Amino acid sequence: MKLQRSGYLAGIALTATIALTGCGSDNEAPAASGSAAPGDCVAGSSLTAQGSTAQKNAMDEWIKAYQGQCAGSAVDYQGNGSGAGIEAFIAGTADFAGSDSALKEEEVAQADAKCPGGKALNLPMVIGPVAVVYNVQGVDGLQLSASTIAKIFAGTVKKWNDPAIAAENAGATLPDATIETVHRSDESGTTDNFTKYLSKSAEADWSFGNAKAWKAPGGTGAAKSDGVATKVKSTPNTISYVELSFAENSDLQKAKIKNGAGEFVELTGESAGKTFENATVKGTDGDLALELDYNTSTAGAYPIVLVTYEIACSKGSAKAKEIQSFLKYTSSTAGQTALAELGYAPLPETLRTKVEASVAAIS
Amino acid sequence: MGDYPSRSDNATAGDLGVTSRHAQGAGAGVYPSSNDEPPVGGGGALPKKARFSVETAFRALSTAAGAMVLVIIVAIAAFLVSKAVPALQKNNGNFLTETTWFPNDAEPVFGIAALAFGTVLSSLLALLISVPIALAIALFLSHYAPKRLATPLGFVIDLLAAVPSVVFGLWGRDYFQQPVRDFSIWLNEYFGWLPIFGGEGPFGQSIMLGALVLAIMVLPIVTSLSREVFQQTPGMNEEAALALGATRWEMIRTAVLPYGKPGVIAAVMLGLGRALGETIALALTLGITFDISFNLIQNGGNSIAANIANSFAEANATGRGALIASGLVLFAITLVVNMTARAIIYRRREFRDSAA
Repeated sequence: MKLQRSGYLAGIALTATIALTGCGSDNEAPAASGSAAPGDCVAGSSLTAQGSTAQKNAMDEWIKAYQGQCAGSAVDYQGNGSGAGIEAFIAGTADFAGSDSALKEEEVAQADAKCPGGKALNLPMVIGPVAVVYNVQGVDGLQLSASTIAKIFAGTVKKWNDPAIAAENAGATLPDATIETVHRSDESGTTDNFTKYLSKSAEADWSFGNAKAWKAPGGTGAAKSDGVATKVKSTPNTISYVELSFAENSDLQKAKIKNGAGEFVELTGESAGKTFENATVKGTDGDLALELDYNTSTAGAYPIVLVTYEIACSKGSAKAKEIQSFLKYTSSTAGQTALAELGYAPLPETLRTKVEASVAAIS
Repeated sequence: MGDYPSRSDNATAGDLGVTSRHAQGAGAGVYPSSNDEPPVGGGGALPKKARFSVETAFRALSTAAGAMVLVIIVAIAAFLVSKAVPALQKNNGNFLTETTWFPNDAEPVFGIAALAFGTVLSSLLALLISVPIALAIALFLSHYAPKRLATPLGFVIDLLAAVPSVVFGLWGRDYFQQPVRDFSIWLNEYFGWLPIFGGEGPFGQSIMLGALVLAIMVLPIVTSLSREVFQQTPGMNEEAALALGATRWEMIRTAVLPYGKPGVIAAVMLGLGRALGETIALALTLGITFDISFNLIQNGGNSIAANIANSFAEANATGRGALIASGLVLFAITLVVNMTARAIIYRRREFRDSAA
């Protein structure tokens, strides 16, 4: 108990230190002055937000650090799903929402109505890479292309020593065992992003489209990310997909994925961020909804990534200053690097500066 | 029906204690006359009825409580129907025959077939496994075990019923799965020609695992109730059987089992009710796939309650309605099971009483 608490405090202290060293140019005394944060604190601010569970861990980390810097401010983020978050934003019960996808056409008008004089912005904030994890005795550094992954999860490749897998893994000794594919039994943004990747980059082998529910036949369902991680960890010959943080926490083997440039890339925060370096922004006027290119030919880019957005008003929100202050911190270098340990990838600098500019324009 | 309330109480819930077995045996013999006894003993001393006495108040209270059950049941049904109908109207598939479950799509398609099948299959399989064992335990506790052993063993069995189902689920998923997988592979190798043990794998997270975990959960319920019922067997009947030269087993077969049959059926139905409604243990141990297959050992299987637990958090309005509609189907299945059980018990009881 005592140990836990001191560990917790140490964690806060550590993140605070990281956050502070991130903006060392200020040269101010820590916290006490109240303006040490990269964002300007708003006295007595209190924000409520909800939405995507994929960025819940990131939010928790940010809130802890932000509240440490801005004494007296309170931010509450509920991870109850992107859909619920957007609904709450439209209903006015959330000051901003977290979402796994940019606002849909039918949602845009409703969301804009909440922002008199402005509009609802999609601000990419958290990059969550999806790892393809597997558990096969004696096989390290498995290499897979999108089409092979699609075949495995669609059930057309059934054995680990199938020629399709062997062709991409010269020299590896693959067992003659049935592949057990594991997917999320609950609906999940991770499933949506993973199937989106398959449907975009392996159209010929993946006919199930993309959705939050798993649509391919067969396989085995496991509840939540930790259920999937436990299942793969404990069961030989399994393969599944899970956010990077869960893969690392459970110490699972991650497959190297072939990108548009033809390289097999290992998943790291950096390689995931590279995919976004050349992403097209399809939003205008500060809206940064992204058109993601899974077949990106950027060297060293890991293609299976999800980006989650914060949805906030550009103008007209009663709490504009408070929202701005918090998002200014999350989009700062300090805010982004604080996430690395949690298995998220920091926004690449080109994109981060755009987000920062959009946040600065909130009024 | 009104003549037997005390008896049916004993048959299902039962009085605890060692004396009840013999007391009941004697009581059952003179039962018809005992109805007349209370007025003879205390009638003259009863106080006059006051207008607002405790009697009236208690009567009103218990009537209200009785009515409340009906109100709650009707309210549940009305709520479920009102939420389910809009979702069902948006459904693009046939709710009864469709096996997929995609109610959150723009074009919702969902059906109960696979879920209802999995629910019934896993529950029946669980009963098939647990009932013989439970009855054997109950008979051992009531007729074979020395009293010094029977009492603590009974407590231990009851304790099993108090373990939260999520514990069973996690245990089944994390520890029990491997032995079941090994057993499944063995079954597949030697009995693979049977369709229920066929397939190419993967094995382990299957209907069999779910049913085995369920069986363990159902075991204490069936055991406890059956033990109580068996203990109520009239001592005279048992002694008569033994006096006629019956062995212990023949005595149980001729005296204990026929007497306990309605109670055992009630216990089994109660167990089935628990199995049908079990949620989290199945959500953790089944393979959660939407297909109809009698294969017991291949990964797969799903149930209505498990699907609700898995899907509710991320469901939209139609999705929630669809889940509620599935809940309604579960409600209907449970109702049918309970009514069947009641019907069996009533028929058996009349038969027994007229014979006695």
